[in-house]
Amino acid sequence: MATTYRTCPISGLQFEDQAEKLMRWNAVAGVLALLAGGITALLVILTRWPAIKLLPADQFYLILTAHGVDMLILWIIFFEIAVLYFASSTLLRCRLAAPKVAWFAFWLMVVGSIMTNVAIFQGESTVMFTSYVPMQAKWHFYLGIILFAVGALIGCGIFFGTLVVARREKTYSGSIPLVTFGALTAAIIATFTILSGAGILVPTFLWAVGVIKEIDAQLYRMVWWGLGHSSQQINVSAHVSIWYLIAAVVFGAKPLSEKVSRFAFLLYILFLQLASAHHLLSDPGMSAEWKVLNTSYFMYFAVMASMIHGFTVPGAVEAAQRRKGYTNGLFEWLRKAPWGNPVFSGMFISLVSFGFLGGISGVVLGTEQINMLMHNTFYVPGHFHTTVVSGTTLAFMAVTYLLVPVLFKRQMILPKLCQIQPYLFGISMSVLGLVMMGAGTLGVSRRHWDMAFSGAPFQYEWPGAANLMMGLTGIFGVLAVTGGALWILLVVGSLLFGKKLDGGKVSDRPTPIPASTPAAAAVAHGSDHVAVPGTVVLALLLFVCFVLYYFVNWKYLSEVWLLS
Amino acid sequence: MSAILPPSERLWWKQPIDKIEWAWIAIAFVWGMVMFVMMIYWHINGKQNLSNEVYKTSPELFAAKAEKFIAENTVRTETDQQIPVVKVPAGGDGYLIARLWAWYPILELEKGKTYKIHLSSMDYNHGFSLQPVNINIQVIPGYEHVVKMTPTKEGTYAIVCNEFCGIGHHSMLGRIYVK
Repeated sequence: MATTYRTCPISGLQFEDQAEKLMRWNAVAGVLALLAGGITALLVILTRWPAIKLLPADQFYLILTAHGVDMLILWIIFFEIAVLYFASSTLLRCRLAAPKVAWFAFWLMVVGSIMTNVAIFQGESTVMFTSYVPMQAKWHFYLGIILFAVGALIGCGIFFGTLVVARREKTYSGSIPLVTFGALTAAIIATFTILSGAGILVPTFLWAVGVIKEIDAQLYRMVWWGLGHSSQQINVSAHVSIWYLIAAVVFGAKPLSEKVSRFAFLLYILFLQLASAHHLLSDPGMSAEWKVLNTSYFMYFAVMASMIHGFTVPGAVEAAQRRKGYTNGLFEWLRKAPWGNPVFSGMFISLVSFGFLGGISGVVLGTEQINMLMHNTFYVPGHFHTTVVSGTTLAFMAVTYLLVPVLFKRQMILPKLCQIQPYLFGISMSVLGLVMMGAGTLGVSRRHWDMAFSGAPFQYEWPGAANLMMGLTGIFGVLAVTGGALWILLVVGSLLFGKKLDGGKVSDRPTPIPASTPAAAAVAHGSDHVAVPGTVVLALLLFVCFVLYYFVNWKYLSEVWLLS
Repeated sequence: MSAILPPSERLWWKQPIDKIEWAWIAIAFVWGMVMFVMMIYWHINGKQNLSNEVYKTSPELFAAKAEKFIAENTVRTETDQQIPVVKVPAGGDGYLIARLWAWYPILELEKGKTYKIHLSSMDYNHGFSLQPVNINIQVIPGYEHVVKMTPTKEGTYAIVCNEFCGIGHHSMLGRIYVK
């Protein structure tokens, strides 16, 4: 298939025509899913805000199901497919393998998305994102997700194929870039994830149409979480790759050590899947030994990997800044960072929020006994809104400020608002996560319409602080939705009305990445070693918070009823 | 911009790792080990561990056992719905049914005594969420989970359902008395 290659004059990145179009369409589909997810988010938050309680119960549960599916599956994975094509075709400067198949995959994902949403909004598939059996949705709820997943799996295949094309056509020499390596781990995890999903959703679909009689409720939970949690690990790999990408583009930062960063990505592949078991810590069907082994020792290797990235990403930024002469004190490199550039501010808030809030809360939540204090409480969505939202989604938003001019050839409109957006979204989402965790610590349930239990035979009064936390959840939830809506407005506005930019010269042949010169290699080798004391201080601060919060929860646990 | 370019040093895996990176990796590793050991330690010395005693069951079987328990131990009924209040024999077995949309029956326990509470669901997944103590356990149809509990304080406790179980989910509230 004849194709052309364009070298972007702003970034120097080279885009292959088909890959570029696919990235744009996947990104736009992702933004549409985010829009649906955002509108439903507002409705959910306005209902859980006790002072407002907007929707009636049936609509609330329906909208909550849609919010989960549109955000956690559709938005994230559409965008990730665009990231995979970027990390392969663009960064390796080669053509995309089998573009026709890639288009087929895209349309399959679109059809699946629509089918599942139709099923949800028809009203007989209010089963939540997790769709635990034996609660049953309509057949097309499951079929839509299956089609979407098959499309995503083909997308991963295209990514792997493109890596092969690049190697065979020698568009680069040596090893693939770190960002591509990170994307590769994401694609490998995605493959595992989607196969787990098929392993459970295909039988569930057959059950919904009456071919299979029964599915064990515990088995469903175990296999489903191979999909449900692993899919969040795709996000981690993808957004960590984007952190490295942004550090590289904004600062010219290079990883402190290629070996350490790649090893950390490798740990994700080896151990993150097992972390899925932490959803079953308060379940009857697994033994304590199984729980401890799967969620702790194995999961902690993945935690270690995240701690490594949490050190090496800011470390790379610090080293780059110090090389530029920002060497005063511990934090001049950080103070003088481009805080007005939404690409950087979004990435940095994502890093901090993911590490301090999402990461620490996740590990505590994933501790076998402590899980009993939090399982299915509002703490759980509090945790994952600081990982998937102020972590992953914010990182994706940040990189979009980079990609709109480069990929869509449009200048961002309203630059002042672009500057504000990552702060508004990132900070309000982080606070939202915190107050949700606070409410969960006080026992408030997730996925629950009525804190007053209307219609129940008894009364239960939540502590006053729980009501306060839920009120704050409402306020910061609305602020966060505003920040998200602002991003959609800015991006869509820029695509429609932004100043058109020069696309750069087009050629019918790719320009390979020049092999590194011996001089460049010599520079990389030791001679420009820079110490990163500021990052060390930040990392130790994270560690102290981590240890304190971990043991505080053991203290909480020791005060409840005795259980054995 | 080396994170988006092939590593400039082709033999990147032979590059030495900086001391400070080694130190951080070591801290992360040791911390992981501490957290691992902590869970095992709590199984040995901690007083809050989730029971491993579980049996496969069916809604009919479990309901029959629970009905027998209720018939033998009911002390009174409460509310318009005449929900039985069942005094669980000290050190004995109590049954709690989760179903759409109620926790049944009301249990009466004594402070400081240990009980074996059997949990199972008649239909969907439910969530046993004891408030304001804040203990949360998944309840799954087809599985009978025997949890040993020792209340540490007197009072009236609520059991909230915290696993979504349909349109009446938020009205699924149960009760435990501790005397």
